[in-house]
Amino acid sequence: MKYNWNWLIFWEPAPDGVGVYLSWLISGLGWTVGTALAAWVIALVLGAAVGTLRTTPIRWAVRLGNMYVELFRNIPLLVQMFLWYFVLPELVPTTIGDAIKQLAPPWGSYWPAVLCLGFYTSARVAEQTRAGINSLPRGQSMAGTALGLTLPQTYRYVLLPMAFRIVLPPLTSEFMNIIKNSAVALTIGLVELTSRARAMQEFSFQVFEAFTAATVIYILLNIVVVILMRFVEKKVAVPGFIGSAGGPQAGH
Amino acid sequence: MFAGFDLDVIQRSLPYLFREGMTFTLTLTALAMSGGVVFGTLLAMMRLSSLGPLSWFAGGYVNLMRSIPLVLVIFWFYFLVPWIGGWIIGADRPIQVGAFWSSVITFTLFEAAYYCEIMRAGIQSIPRGQVSAGYALGLNYWQTMGKIVLPQAFRNMTPVLLTQTIILFQDTSLVYVLSITDFLGAASKVAQRDGRLIEMYLFVAVVYFIISFAASYSVRRLQARIAIVR
Amino acid sequence: MISIQNISKWYGTFQVLKNCSTEVAKGEVVVVCGPSGSGKSTLIKCVNALEPFQQGDVTVNGISVSDPKTDLPRLRSQIGMVFQHFELFPHMTVTENLTLAQIKVLGRSREEAGAKAHALLKRVGMEVHAEKFPGQLSGGQQQRVAIARGLAMDPIAMLFDEPTSALDPEMINEVLDVMVGLAHEGMTMMVVTHEMGFASKVANRVIFMDEGEIVEDAPTNDFFGKPRSERAQHFLSKILHH
Repeated sequence: MKYNWNWLIFWEPAPDGVGVYLSWLISGLGWTVGTALAAWVIALVLGAAVGTLRTTPIRWAVRLGNMYVELFRNIPLLVQMFLWYFVLPELVPTTIGDAIKQLAPPWGSYWPAVLCLGFYTSARVAEQTRAGINSLPRGQSMAGTALGLTLPQTYRYVLLPMAFRIVLPPLTSEFMNIIKNSAVALTIGLVELTSRARAMQEFSFQVFEAFTAATVIYILLNIVVVILMRFVEKKVAVPGFIGSAGGPQAGH
Repeated sequence: MFAGFDLDVIQRSLPYLFREGMTFTLTLTALAMSGGVVFGTLLAMMRLSSLGPLSWFAGGYVNLMRSIPLVLVIFWFYFLVPWIGGWIIGADRPIQVGAFWSSVITFTLFEAAYYCEIMRAGIQSIPRGQVSAGYALGLNYWQTMGKIVLPQAFRNMTPVLLTQTIILFQDTSLVYVLSITDFLGAASKVAQRDGRLIEMYLFVAVVYFIISFAASYSVRRLQARIAIVR
Repeated sequence: MISIQNISKWYGTFQVLKNCSTEVAKGEVVVVCGPSGSGKSTLIKCVNALEPFQQGDVTVNGISVSDPKTDLPRLRSQIGMVFQHFELFPHMTVTENLTLAQIKVLGRSREEAGAKAHALLKRVGMEVHAEKFPGQLSGGQQQRVAIARGLAMDPIAMLFDEPTSALDPEMINEVLDVMVGLAHEGMTMMVVTHEMGFASKVANRVIFMDEGEIVEDAPTNDFFGKPRSERAQHFLSKILHH
């Protein structure tokens, strides 16, 4: 039993006649990063907002926030992907639905994938944000109130700035999760990195070279993210304050 | 917009969805959890060991698994397992490994990396003095681990381990990429055959939601109870 | 019985033990004292090799603890140890805490181990709490159980690492009483403690440590009567004169 390794395969022309296999992978990487970044914007904005709401004394807002988080956490990502891609266009008014269905090829998969990953991750970011704010000593918000700050001001100037620094490390791993999770979008036809590796395997029969390359690229992406976030963490570090990143968490 | 909404398709396919699909999903979840927790605990012990090569291997393995997408891991093992199996039994060709066992192996090995990190935190949460006390009584490494450290670590980490298992339960839906008939796969087949994507996918979402929500609610109850006892 | 020969230990470049040597004879009670960070806890943990050291050796009844051929679990089972923070196993009842190592290490039967546990619990006045969990006991009670756990192994010597310093003041005496009783029975003991009353009452010798060194190693009366070194005098004046 022998597997025929051929590491030069990456420089052989791909069947689409445009480039070599390596350029397939690089284009896949581009879509992976492009999807992850766009989804990350949604995840951060929505997640921070929902997470903050859940720490306020406003009962209905807390309940609404909890429902939001439970909804996105308890349905598998792949099922959510199908809901955005197959089901949503049918549930909105026909004109909009038709417009969605007529989006040109990459975009027809891209936007559902971005929305899906964005909302999915926002629930997790909301959880981290809430935990971060709650980990601040209760005296902090009392001190804010005692100084005469309103609730929004207390959040804006006292709680959120510290909470943001506390949740930076968990946010780093959420960003890496979004990159990894974007591979799920291959099921709705997004030609991202894993999808490209799979296609390369199918056309070239060089299974392990294709997957090794994808694996290495993902690892490099991870390293880049870690370095970037370390840089951000250092930039915003408060002297004399050592952030504590809570207990162990289930996840990926 | 809900005009043409066909609830009957769900009712007709219920036996298929649950007897075939959900059974597969739950079996895969249970097997991968058991295997994953055992292997993950071993990995955690290796990571914390003072023997360089052991902790390097475990650390490398865990970091590798945690930095690549599960979908890619599924593809990896789907092609790799037949080769490794063939190599182990000395066959001259890659052996046939059914989709079921391929996914059991994949999820066991993948989730082990996550269970490992949980167990590592659990072991580290036990004060050093407990280990010293075990050694001082003359217990050896395995006795100290097995009787003193791991039981406490498991108890402390039960809620997190269970939460990870709920995630595993949801993750198993990704075997869809191998065209396996798990719960989602079964629903998807009905959906394609009858042209009823909306009904089927919404139904699947609701079922997953109910199960996961009920499970995570129970875990939270358990967590509160443990917190009181302690 | 216990012989500590020129041991030195470093954490990285920081030396925590500097050439420490002493002997503890059979039936002797030796108290080790000194300011915090002086290395006294580290020293006592070297005796049963809970702390590794880089130079020198410790022998117990002639058996080296640093020799890789030594059956460490067996050796350790012959030396009882009591910790500052008790270190009872929280997931086991008091009785289970006492029987675990008897069964697993000494190979005693469940009945035999249980009988032994019962007798020892009675002796430390804890028999009514036999089926409780450690978390349900006060600190003093936990420490008495911990002493009983060590005794259950029929040790040839007992090590005490600051056994009363994590206790509330009103609980210190119940633990010290048990220890005094043990000393009077002729148990070989090495005790790290700041309880100078205990030292003067039962210790044969007092060792004073500072900055990783054994500064003074003298018979009890000599130590309290006329400590030779200035550091020991200073230490004594600080903890004796309130």
